[in-house]
Amino acid sequence: MPATPALETRELTIRFGGHVAVNAVSCAFHPGTLTAIVGPNGAGKTTYFNLISGQLKATSGQVLLHGQDVTGLTASARTKRGMGRAFQLTNLFPNLTVMENVRLAVQSRAGAGMQLLQLWSHRGDLIDKADSLLASVKLLDKRNAMAGALPHGDQRKLEVALLLALEPDVFMFDEPTAGMSVDEVPTVLELIHQIKARGDKTVLLVEHKMDVVRSLADRIIVLHNGTLVADGEPATVIASPIVQEAYLGISPEAAA
Amino acid sequence: MLPANPLHSLLSGDYPRSRVLAATLFIILVCLAFAPFLFPGSQPINVAAKICVFVILVASYDLLLGYTGIVSFAHTMFYGIGGYGVAIAMYNFSPTWSAMGIGVVAALILSMALALVIGLFSLRVRAIFFAMITLAVASAFAILASQLNEITGGEDGRSYRIPEMLRPGFRLFDEPVLGVMINGRILTYYLIFFSALILFLLALRVVNSPFGRVLQAIRENDFRAEALGYRVLVYRSIANCLSAGMATLAGVLMAIWLRYTGPDTTLSFAIMIDILLMVVIGGMGTLYGAVLGATIFILAQNYLQVLMGELSDALAAAGIPLLPALFHADRWLLWLGILFVLSVYFFPVGIVGKLRQLRS
Ligand SMILES: Nc1ncnc2c1ncn2[C@@H]1O[C@H](COP(=O)(O)OP(=O)(O)OP(=O)(O)O)[C@@H](O)[C@H]1O
Ligand SMILES: [Mg+2]
Repeated sequence: MPATPALETRELTIRFGGHVAVNAVSCAFHPGTLTAIVGPNGAGKTTYFNLISGQLKATSGQVLLHGQDVTGLTASARTKRGMGRAFQLTNLFPNLTVMENVRLAVQSRAGAGMQLLQLWSHRGDLIDKADSLLASVKLLDKRNAMAGALPHGDQRKLEVALLLALEPDVFMFDEPTAGMSVDEVPTVLELIHQIKARGDKTVLLVEHKMDVVRSLADRIIVLHNGTLVADGEPATVIASPIVQEAYLGISPEAAA
Repeated sequence: MLPANPLHSLLSGDYPRSRVLAATLFIILVCLAFAPFLFPGSQPINVAAKICVFVILVASYDLLLGYTGIVSFAHTMFYGIGGYGVAIAMYNFSPTWSAMGIGVVAALILSMALALVIGLFSLRVRAIFFAMITLAVASAFAILASQLNEITGGEDGRSYRIPEMLRPGFRLFDEPVLGVMINGRILTYYLIFFSALILFLLALRVVNSPFGRVLQAIRENDFRAEALGYRVLVYRSIANCLSAGMATLAGVLMAIWLRYTGPDTTLSFAIMIDILLMVVIGGMGTLYGAVLGATIFILAQNYLQVLMGELSDALAAAGIPLLPALFHADRWLLWLGILFVLSVYFFPVGIVGKLRQLRS
């Protein structure tokens, strides 16, 4: 009997009116693996993430975290149980500093949000941790800038730092390198690689760049019109006709 | 770790961060602290007491609006509950400290319970819904207060006596101190002043705590705060209760000062608008803004009329046409309105925000 998956979805479905954005997706993700989720624009990748992390309520189906049904839980409760999410569209606290942004994530992980009479500045341990995270995404020199004033690439890196700060069991990256300049991309990819190398974390990565997928993923799943259409080893999946057509937009005949 | 600096702890590390602002705040603090000695007479001390109370009322509102991003129209209701708590206890029981204590505790419990119920019921939905609910509940409460004659005194409100020590006839010493007789009125003033000071510093601590930063995060992006693992509804509800409790205490202080509580002094919508203006003029999301907003507003409310009367007379004496009529004392409300429009237009981030911008 195989170990319980860190994360599993069963027949996960959501409808927006008549449109089925995610259609009965069943899939399990195991610790120590990195699964790339690919598919054309509008395939439902982000919506699938939203269902897993609790930003959207599923029409039907289940989400299981460490074997427990979390379908009825709020996003914050799922985060507390070990899910972490970085968003495709940058989603920060614009009028707080870079440091404060990360510190808020560190503080949530430490369960220190409910301290009303302590000084924010007194938790030196939380600040040190936030600083080391900022160093890892190469943002330490901008720690006192307002998050909203950062260039796009830096905001993407901050987004990643917030996810790292949560120290989740399940990491969900939604196109983490989109919109980054070429020299910023390796920093983020290296961080994702390190998470995977730890061997106990489960990583889900939505990514359009095939070379990135090839170099990082153990497995690829393909979503198309909300349906899971392929699942397997990267080389096999990328070569399959369905991906050639659905994702790369080439018809099998033309490719042949 | 930071050095154990008493000022740092007292201000919770939240310095004015502008020299002009620091100086202004210091002057206001000194004037309020020594008001009975610096400005003898009943009108100035009345104004000073009102400023103290409104600093707290406005600060408590800013905790909601400026720090948490919640728009509420029920703030005067909580203020009123504090006022009526004192009024009912003093009027129906006895003008003693213990009766007052019971009145205050009962008012606090009622306010915070109401805030909790309103919050849990409506904060989970859209912000505009919460605003509408608070408006409805506050209106209902105002009507209720004016209808329940037996309890509240209806439209007439209640006049009552307060504990012996706080009455004008009471003398603390036989001899005047610095030329001022320390009577019950002055003691009442200092009760209000120190309560306000402590409440203000407490509020400053809360907004600069780990909790306070979560409130700001919720204001900035509630969706992301939730995704980071913060239960937004719980945080908003606590902020709502704290704010209601603080407004209630402001109402208590006002009721002790006025020795009268009625719909017009506590529940009227005009007060709600005054609070909003004071928050905006001072600067949202900074408690120092509450100090500036309340001080400027109440000074203008009390002295603009006099000032304009004198200006008008001077202009008339100088033989200048038209202007005396424009600055006639009866036009003071018009000028107050113009001042507010200008201040909001030129200082959209409030006076405190503007002063801090100038520095950087
Ligand atoms: N809240 C919503 N209401 C209605 N329709 C939605 C909503 N969210 C997503 N959709 C629709 O669901 C479909 C899937 O969108 P989704 O954002 O998940 O795609 P995606 O695979 O992440 O695409 P991309 O690669 O462009 O990021 C789209 O057709 C989108 O318009
Ligand atoms: Mg997407």
